[in-house]
Amino acid sequence: MIIKFRLDGRDVSVEVEPNELLLNVLRDKLGVKAPKYSCGIGECGACTVLLDGEPVLSCLTLAVDANGREVTTASGIKGEEAEMLMKAFAEEGAVQCGFCTPGMFVMSYALLHEKKRPTEEEIREYLRGNLCRCTGYVNIVRGIEKVVEMGGKK
Amino acid sequence: MMSSLNRMNTRIIPFSFSYHEPTSLEEALSLLSKLGADGKILAGGTDLIVKMKARQAEPRHIINIKKIKELRYITVDEDKIRIGALATWRDLEKSSHIISRIPSLLDAASVMGGVQIRNMATIAGNICNASPAADSAPPFLVHGARVKAMSEKGARFVPIDSFFIAPGKTALMPEEMVVEIEIPLPPPSSSSAFLKLARTSMDLAKVSAAAYLKVDGGTIEEARVALGAVAPKPIRAPSVEKELIGKPATEETFKNASKHVVKDISPIDDIRSTASYRKKTSPYLVTDALLTALSRIGGEKR
Ligand SMILES: Cc1cc2nc3c(=O)[nH]c(=O)nc-3n(C[C@H](O)[C@H](O)[C@H](O)COP(=O)(O)OP(=O)(O)OC[C@H]3O[C@@H](n4cnc5c(N)ncnc54)[C@H](O)[C@@H]3O)c2cc1C
Ligand code: FES
Ligand code: FES
Repeated sequence: MIIKFRLDGRDVSVEVEPNELLLNVLRDKLGVKAPKYSCGIGECGACTVLLDGEPVLSCLTLAVDANGREVTTASGIKGEEAEMLMKAFAEEGAVQCGFCTPGMFVMSYALLHEKKRPTEEEIREYLRGNLCRCTGYVNIVRGIEKVVEMGGKK
Repeated sequence: MMSSLNRMNTRIIPFSFSYHEPTSLEEALSLLSKLGADGKILAGGTDLIVKMKARQAEPRHIINIKKIKELRYITVDEDKIRIGALATWRDLEKSSHIISRIPSLLDAASVMGGVQIRNMATIAGNICNASPAADSAPPFLVHGARVKAMSEKGARFVPIDSFFIAPGKTALMPEEMVVEIEIPLPPPSSSSAFLKLARTSMDLAKVSAAAYLKVDGGTIEEARVALGAVAPKPIRAPSVEKELIGKPATEETFKNASKHVVKDISPIDDIRSTASYRKKTSPYLVTDALLTALSRIGGEKR
C-alpha cells in the first residue's frame, strides 16, 4: 500500500508492504540515515524517532503505522535548541563513534521539551532506553546539563 | 529465546501477513470473529513485533487496534479505576493523580522499560502477552483487578486471578479482545507496593513481588501478595497471605510470613536467572514489598 506522512518537515509518500518496519523504510526507501539499525528488538534506542512528537522505536514500528502522521528524525530537529545541543555534545565529548548519537539527540531534545530543567537523575532516567558503548554516558549527561544551564541563564 | 534471536535477522519481519486497521470497536470485533485464531491484535507491538521477527509468532492477519481512539483512557469512577485497552505505560505515569490510589501499579510503571517502550506499550498488551514476568500482573493480582473481555457476542468480566493460564496463554477466546481493565478503589488504611529484581531497570524481572495490606489498629485485616517470574504465570502467594491476616503489622510478622513463599512458587532456570536464586530472594522481596506497603498506609512517607 501507499502511505503518506510528514517526514522531517516535508510530505513524503512511499509504497510499503505491511511487514516492513519504519526504520528500514526511512533508511532504505527514503534515504534518511539518521536513525540507526543496531539491535532491532527495542533494547538500544539507536533507531529512536519522534512520532507525532513522542519518542518511539522505529525498529518495532510498522511502516504502515506512520501513515498520516508526523515522523521526525535527528536530521529533522532544527532550531536554536538543537544548535545548542549539538554544540554542547561536541564540547563535552558526548560523541565518540557516533552510532548512538542520533538516538541520544532525539531523546535529549524530547526531554528538554518535556522538562525545562531536568536534574541529572531525570536525565539519566530519560535516557535509560538508549545504550552507548563508547562514552560511559557521563559526557552525554554533561552535554545536556550544559544546555539546561544555558537555558537557565536566559 | 536468546538462541532464536541469535539466529534471526532482526531487521525485518520474515513473512507476509494481511493487515487490518479497524477504526471502531465493532469493526475490530467483527474481524476477530471472522478470522478467529488466524488474527492477532497489534497494540504497541513491543512484544508482538519482537516475536514476529523471531518467528515465535507467525500470524496470518494483523489487526492493528491503534486507530480505535476511544479505547485510550484512564478514568476513575465512584468505586473503581478503569484502564482502556490502548492506555500506555506513559499514560499511566501521566495519570499519577489517579493511579496514586494504586501505588504498586505506579511502582511498576516507574521500573518498566525505557521512555520509548513506555510510550508505545499498552498495559492491556502487557497482560495479554501473559509473560510470567509481566510487571503489571502482580499489582493487578493484589488489587483484585478484573478484565473486561469482548467479542461480537458481548462482554464478560474475567477476574485477574483466572486470566493467566500459562506462559503466553490467557483465558481469552480467539474471538475475544480485552477492552478494559478495572481496579476497585482500595479502602482507607490500605496501600500496596511493587518491587522487582532485574539486571537493569529496563529489563524483565528475575523476580518481582507486590503486596497489598489493609491495617486496622495495628492488626492486618487484609493481605494479598503476588509474585512474577517464579512460576509459569504470575501468581498469588496464599501461604504467605494466611500467615499475615489477623497478625500485628510488624516486620517480624512479615519476615515469618514471607518464609512460606517457597510453598507457592515453582521457579525454573532461564536466561534471566536460576531457580535457586529465585527461591532465595523471593522471601526478602516479599518482606520488602510488605514493609513498603505498610509505610505508605495513612499517608506516611517511607
Ligand atoms: C526493550 C523492551 C523492554 C521491556 N521491558 C519490560 C519491562 O520492564 N516489564 C514488562 O513487564 N514488560 C517489558 N517489555 C515487554 C512489553 O513492552 C510489555 O509487555 C508491553 O506492555 C506490551 O504491550 P504492547 O501494547 O506493546 O503489546 P503488543 O506487542 O501489541 O501485544 C502483546 C500481545 O498481546 C495481544 N494483545 C494486545 N492488546 C490486546 C487486547 N486489547 N486484547 C487482546 N489481545 C491483545 C497481542 O495480540 C500480543 O499477543 C519490554 C519489551 C521490550 C522490547
Ligand atoms: S535498533 Fe531499535 S532499539 Fe535497537
Ligand atoms: S558514541 Fe559510540 S555508541 Fe555512543
